[in-house]
Amino acid sequence: MASGIWVVAETRGGEIRKVTHESLSEARRLADSAGMAVTAVLLGKGVADKAAGLGAYGADKVLVADSDEFEPYLTEVHASAVAALAAGGQPAVMLMSASAQGKDLSARLSAKLKAGLSTDCTAFRMEGGKLIATRPMYAGKVVVEEKAKTDLHLATARPNVMEVAEDPSRTAAVENVSPDTGTKWTEVVEVLADQSGKVDLTEASIIVSGGRGMKDSANYKILEELAEVLGATVGASRSAVDAGWRPHSDQVGQTGKVVSPNLYIACGISGAIQHLAGMSSSKVIVAINKDPDAPIHAKADYSVVDDLFQVVPALTEEFKKVLN
Amino acid sequence: MELIVCLKQVPDTEAQIKVGGDGKSIDESEIKWVMNPYDEFSVEEALKIKEAKGGTVTVVSVGPKRAVEALRTALAMGADQAVHIDDEAALKGDSYSTATALAAAIKGMSCDLVLCGQRAVDDDRGQLGSCLAELLNVPAVTVITGLTVEDGSLTAKRPIEGGTLVIKSSLPAVITAQKGLNEPRYASLPGIMKAKKKPLETKSLADLGLDGSQAGQAGALIEVAKMSPPPARAAGQVIEGESAAQKAAKLADLLHNQAKIV
Repeated sequence: MASGIWVVAETRGGEIRKVTHESLSEARRLADSAGMAVTAVLLGKGVADKAAGLGAYGADKVLVADSDEFEPYLTEVHASAVAALAAGGQPAVMLMSASAQGKDLSARLSAKLKAGLSTDCTAFRMEGGKLIATRPMYAGKVVVEEKAKTDLHLATARPNVMEVAEDPSRTAAVENVSPDTGTKWTEVVEVLADQSGKVDLTEASIIVSGGRGMKDSANYKILEELAEVLGATVGASRSAVDAGWRPHSDQVGQTGKVVSPNLYIACGISGAIQHLAGMSSSKVIVAINKDPDAPIHAKADYSVVDDLFQVVPALTEEFKKVLN
Repeated sequence: MELIVCLKQVPDTEAQIKVGGDGKSIDESEIKWVMNPYDEFSVEEALKIKEAKGGTVTVVSVGPKRAVEALRTALAMGADQAVHIDDEAALKGDSYSTATALAAAIKGMSCDLVLCGQRAVDDDRGQLGSCLAELLNVPAVTVITGLTVEDGSLTAKRPIEGGTLVIKSSLPAVITAQKGLNEPRYASLPGIMKAKKKPLETKSLADLGLDGSQAGQAGALIEVAKMSPPPARAAGQVIEGESAAQKAAKLADLLHNQAKIV
């Protein structure tokens, strides 16, 4: 009988990523509601001393494999290791983050373990010992609830959605493991670091985004300045990306990134359905667009119907005052 | 180089999506169907590799009758041949059961590289390429924005949070295409004419050695229990003011003191 909720931790360079704290906190809430235990799987290099600390985020037990072969992440190596551990532990639920790594790993595991996978979920609950996963489809134009037909249900949580709950008084029991890693097919030959040093759009808590109304790539400077003051990441609509003003990696929408920041400031974005699909799970939406009929205003919590080239610099100055 | 591209026909991204009568799937009336945008990058990349190295581009799709349009589009772009897995029992699957049907078809072909879109813009699962690779027992490099193929290996660029990985993999392999990989070509008029004469084979699950329990809805590992429209957002507030500066000041104040988000 499958039981227990597992979380596969995500590490990079020996550090545990924040998305793991989100998954663990959610796993704890689910486990408490179903009377289950939480087990974290921690694979990485130089991570052994971080294992017990995962207890603060909700792990009862941590299976740790500290080895060179787990840094950097390689799909087949991690998938083989996690699958081997899961075969021994029989969890009912396995959570990961819908990060680049989590999406890749969970998808491979789904076929390897022949277990149903719900991707990029925004809410979970337990019902009769089974997970019910809520996730957007059609980039948020509809929402579904789904369950696995298999004993094990894999799921990835959308970054920045699950609330982190930390209790430093808790610690986890640590068990060292050395799972089989199977055949290695791939290698990371180079890591090209992003020079901007900005948080990725998918994990950003504030996004300042610009659309066709920005008129030119040079005008994004005013968004960069606002983003700098707010500690935000700059995004773009598809029309801005297609015009060549911003790189593809900045695109928010159905054919770009689906984001859920605490605050999304849409500047000169009309609100085409494919853009709205990518950002409507943002907690607070601000629209700055001089066209009162722009569909983005209907989605916004706060609408400013005015010229963004005046509003945005003024907003930057106001936040400088407020935040000092 | 033998290149296989897996395609899906999906609703156009501009389409309004309504929940169907069963409460578990969408209302398919009034939908304009197109090739999944991420699959266009796969087709383009396969054509570029073929142009540089020679070989054959085969496009494969699991879908109802209408899915043949997406295959024809790929043929018109320049693909050489198409396989349509057209079987009632192969429909309404999840990534795993659809990959099962595709893997059965691909196992019967000569193949160096399989190209898929990084996700389909309908169910947004983003799992098919990885499931397919596992079922074929080959590596997958997912969500890539750059690709070079040499004899026996590939090198791909994979953006992750905060950077880009350059990953080398042995062949055969599966890649999944992300926007930025290339600019897909349009089908030319001569291309559309030529496509009509290109081989387009239709296969049932039985032709692939599968039975109905392994593919489609029956073979799926996940079931959708309920589909609903997204929760409506509460009506917003229009920021009033005499000037842009006044509105900016008011907005900053609301975000800081009322929403407490900044």
